[in-house]
Amino acid sequence: MKQSRFWAWLVFGVGAAYFLVPLIATFEFSLRMRRGYYSFDSYASVFSDPKFQQTFTYSAVIGLLSIIVGILIVVPAVYFVRLRMAWLRPYVEFLTLLPLIIPAIILVYGYIRLYNSSSIIPFTGSAVGTDILLTFAYVTLALPYMYRAVDTGMRTIDVQTLTEAAQIAGANTPQIIARIILPNILVAVLSGAFLTFAIVIGEFTIASLLNRPAFGPYLQNIGANRAYEPAALAIISFIITWGAMSMINLLSRFAPRTSARTD
Amino acid sequence: MAPFLRVENLVKSFGTTTVVKGVNFAFNKGEFVSLLGPSGCGKTTILRMIAGFENPTSGSITVDGQDITNLKPNQRQLGMVFQAYALFPNLNVGDNIAFGLKIAGMPADQRRARVEEMLKLIGLPGFEKRYPYEMSGGQQQRVALARAIAPRPRMLLLDEPLSALDAKIRVSLREEIRAIQLDLGITTIFVTHDQEEALSISDRVVVMNAGNIDQLGAPHEIYNKPATRFVATFVGHLNTIEATVVSASKHQVNIDGQIVTLPSLPDGAVTNAPISLTLRPEVLSVGERAGSDITLTGTVSDVTFLGSVIRLRVALGKNIISLDTFNDQRTAPPARGDAITVSLASKDLLILEN
Amino acid sequence: MTTLDTGTKAPAKKRALSFEWLGVAPFIVFAIMFLILPTLYLVGAAFVDEKGGFTLANFAGLGTPQIVAAYWISIRISGASAILGALIGLAIALALIRGKLPLGLRAAVMTFSGVASNFAGVPLAFAFISTLGRLGLATVILKFVFGIDIYKAGFNLLSFWGLTITYLYFQIPLMILIIAPAIDGLKKEWSEAASTLGATPWQFWRYVGLPILWPSFLGTLSLLFANAFGAIATAYALTGSSLNIVPILLYAQIRGDALQNPGLGAALAVGMILITGFANVVYLVISARAERWLK
Repeated sequence: MKQSRFWAWLVFGVGAAYFLVPLIATFEFSLRMRRGYYSFDSYASVFSDPKFQQTFTYSAVIGLLSIIVGILIVVPAVYFVRLRMAWLRPYVEFLTLLPLIIPAIILVYGYIRLYNSSSIIPFTGSAVGTDILLTFAYVTLALPYMYRAVDTGMRTIDVQTLTEAAQIAGANTPQIIARIILPNILVAVLSGAFLTFAIVIGEFTIASLLNRPAFGPYLQNIGANRAYEPAALAIISFIITWGAMSMINLLSRFAPRTSARTD
Repeated sequence: MAPFLRVENLVKSFGTTTVVKGVNFAFNKGEFVSLLGPSGCGKTTILRMIAGFENPTSGSITVDGQDITNLKPNQRQLGMVFQAYALFPNLNVGDNIAFGLKIAGMPADQRRARVEEMLKLIGLPGFEKRYPYEMSGGQQQRVALARAIAPRPRMLLLDEPLSALDAKIRVSLREEIRAIQLDLGITTIFVTHDQEEALSISDRVVVMNAGNIDQLGAPHEIYNKPATRFVATFVGHLNTIEATVVSASKHQVNIDGQIVTLPSLPDGAVTNAPISLTLRPEVLSVGERAGSDITLTGTVSDVTFLGSVIRLRVALGKNIISLDTFNDQRTAPPARGDAITVSLASKDLLILEN
Repeated sequence: MTTLDTGTKAPAKKRALSFEWLGVAPFIVFAIMFLILPTLYLVGAAFVDEKGGFTLANFAGLGTPQIVAAYWISIRISGASAILGALIGLAIALALIRGKLPLGLRAAVMTFSGVASNFAGVPLAFAFISTLGRLGLATVILKFVFGIDIYKAGFNLLSFWGLTITYLYFQIPLMILIIAPAIDGLKKEWSEAASTLGATPWQFWRYVGLPILWPSFLGTLSLLFANAFGAIATAYALTGSSLNIVPILLYAQIRGDALQNPGLGAALAVGMILITGFANVVYLVISARAERWLK
């Protein structure tokens, strides 16, 4: 028994070292901008860069739009599939898994060739159009996570019974979704939202290939041209990801557990 | 004959709470013994200490003259059946049953023969190639039993093996378990919270309460002569009548205005003090009956028709007692609100220590 | 039921049905426009030559040494990072859940895994440059404190092993996140039953524990493979376009038609889809089998 604990600690220790050393090293490196002693100069340099502010804001706005579009698309679909169209379920699940099967670079390649300026829907023909395409691309990227979050949320509240109860009380379908279902799966939806944000905020491939001034391509550009700022940006990115994940953890404590169903 | 299993001064504490508080018992080879008690009474912890999953805080466990207190579970040669079957899901029925044999190094052809023998014993011949998920709960539990006894363990430990099953299968399987146990003559310890189960299949029953043994005895002793109020209430139904002592010397008590003389009173009963009388529902009869020396009158407050038996609730005043009468096909059962006379023999009253 | 369905009820039912479709329609239209059509378009384009006729030449073109080499190194990096990530992730998850480590530690590792599995891309490359680059902290400490010059010993962050070690930073946490529920699914009674039947802990793992985890392990392995195979941002930020892996080749093709043949680019993409698709089919098939067991 003691022996197994020794091995457990050893494995854990080696793992912890692998994961912590890069963080420590990056942080240490980010402080080395001024010769001779540690300073936060690299962070100051990053934050004062107008490009940083612009690209970050741009990515944050696109991220927010992706979250909204994602919710509008996923929530009604999950609701009706759970409620009355169970036969559609395997197909919908398969579709939501596709973004895990098809790499992002392939999707964007398809978009560029399909929706070019001379096509029927010329998304890439204008800046606004490309912004919209980027938003949709991010919705696609986050689809597996958003779907699973919402689906889990609906499973725990027993949509069927809640809907029937609301119908007896005289509510119509939009009212049921807006007033009954959505508030009850709010925590799940927000989890999906934060995960979407974490995925989208530093995304490089799609933004770069669509030529949008997003945070990911900015990061890459800084990495190619500066020495210490990339380390600072890596730390900042890590903190943003950590923040989004912590929000999900925090939210899960407020998840409703009203259902007697255990499946 | 020296006892086959001996447990001495067994204590188990988890942190500051002591769940088993110095338990002693000894059983002979071939006995079927039940550990009976409510959840949290320590019965499962005792079984797990015998199996070796928990280390006793103090005390010792001896099997067949060997002190096994500090042996690892895999060195104890005991068979165990769990509540949730615990069949290995990746192995088929044959491989599950053969698992212990394989570990012990039995050659493959002997293993196959033993598995076949076991499957016949549990009434599932030809099930070797099935997987656990393809079987019903009752079938899985029978395979679990076969897996436990295949390596010919010294003792069989059953941890609430019937709790997860449907009521009907529960009864048939417990009879089957008892038949197999008698057939093999294997010493068996059966943990349950179901008193009917314990009474119906055991040679002896250990009734546990809050980490202590309240009573150890044959099923009829436990039921007819409960040693404590806890045993009496936990095993079977019990009526409690709150009365007042009218005269301690004449053994007279007042039950809701009716004065009754008893053959004796518990020690320490004083005149004008309250007293509790306890009795089983089946010792009460409707009307007067030969051998009865106490008669009470009351009103029927509830009638529950249970088929062969009718359970009546009779209000004597503040006290409400239950009694069972056999269903008589020729007469209608009493109705709610009927005035009724009930009688009992004073020797059937249980004098219990609190 | 059916007898109650009178004529007056029928219109209400129809309206409800169309309402359901209205709810599901945006999802389906979206999936067709942004998942199905782009993929099918590429598949179609892979069979079209520059003059618009049908051809298989694009797939034959995948046989050129540069592209074969790209696929090969991609498969090797994805395979190595998936296998190592799965093994190490399994070991850490087992240590955490079955090794009697403090309970709080598990929650902390799970949270960290959530973060690290999403901490891919450009920032991850920066972190490893700061760690194992020529001037990275670990490189420098190994050199000056322990006297080991990893770069003289042949290590290079911009190589097969460098990229593999970097990918492990998101592969291991992903494995931990996916395999932990499977390890939780190992019932305590199984190991107890095995031990009463005389098995040592090692025998329990050999005959019961690991075989039960095996489908989940294999399934997650293929997921990790697909995950690494499609990843580009980390590799691009780390190596620029110097490392010849398929996603980087495709990136260059999209940017500036590096292969000077759009049909060949589409074939390259279809090849990627086939490989990640195959890995994911393996995952789905195996995990369905694992679920059946653990019912």
